[in-house]
Amino acid sequence: MKNEMKMEFTSQPENEGFARVTVGAFVSVLDPTVDELADIKTAVSEAVTNAIIHGYDQKEGKVWITCVIEDQNVEICVIDSGKGIEDVEKAREPLYTTKPDLERSGMGFTFMEAFMDEVWVASAVNQGTRVTMKKRIGRT
Amino acid sequence: MMEHRFEQEEGRLIIRMPREVDHHSSDVLRRETDGLFLRYPIRSIVFDFQDTVFMDSSGIGVILGRCRNLRFAGGQASAVHLNGQIQKIFQVSGLHKVIEVVL
Repeated sequence: MKNEMKMEFTSQPENEGFARVTVGAFVSVLDPTVDELADIKTAVSEAVTNAIIHGYDQKEGKVWITCVIEDQNVEICVIDSGKGIEDVEKAREPLYTTKPDLERSGMGFTFMEAFMDEVWVASAVNQGTRVTMKKRIGRT
Repeated sequence: MMEHRFEQEEGRLIIRMPREVDHHSSDVLRRETDGLFLRYPIRSIVFDFQDTVFMDSSGIGVILGRCRNLRFAGGQASAVHLNGQIQKIFQVSGLHKVIEVVL
């Protein structure tokens, strides 16, 4: 049976920890390994941090997360209604960052891709960004 | 709350990294470390992860930034006590090639 949750929170850095821990708790019913759980938390942290720093330029906004569990599959969407990404392909390149002044490493999307099975990015300038990530738990 | 602590002796700075190194805690860490750089002639840094259970890419930025500061002074940096998740972060990002890792 499908299991689903939605959450909404303000774009404050303090909420990054809250978001990844909440998603981690929700997916824990699938009995993920320590590594799988860490992978999911890292990916969520990256997507939420992007929404806060880039989507909203550290100004106030709302971040939404939806998480669907079906069989052993997890699908997580992280959504903001911020400024959007002009060139998604460029944004996904390793080490590419528009905020070197904030010492951003440019590794956010690289980590999401490394730690999840699939990552899609849908974005429209001045409308927002939706990052969808999938992972299958308990492959072995 | 200041979770991480610093030890400084003869230019060697040991940073006890926060429990969770993310965007939020990295900002605090950066400000505090840069304050120490102004006060002491730091020649080497040890990033000690013994209390750390989580790190995302924000941690990479803060570590690379401090290494850059250090390189101007001809110093060295190392990272110790990495758990499995943090080792993975170091490997995926290539950070283990930039800074010496002692497990």
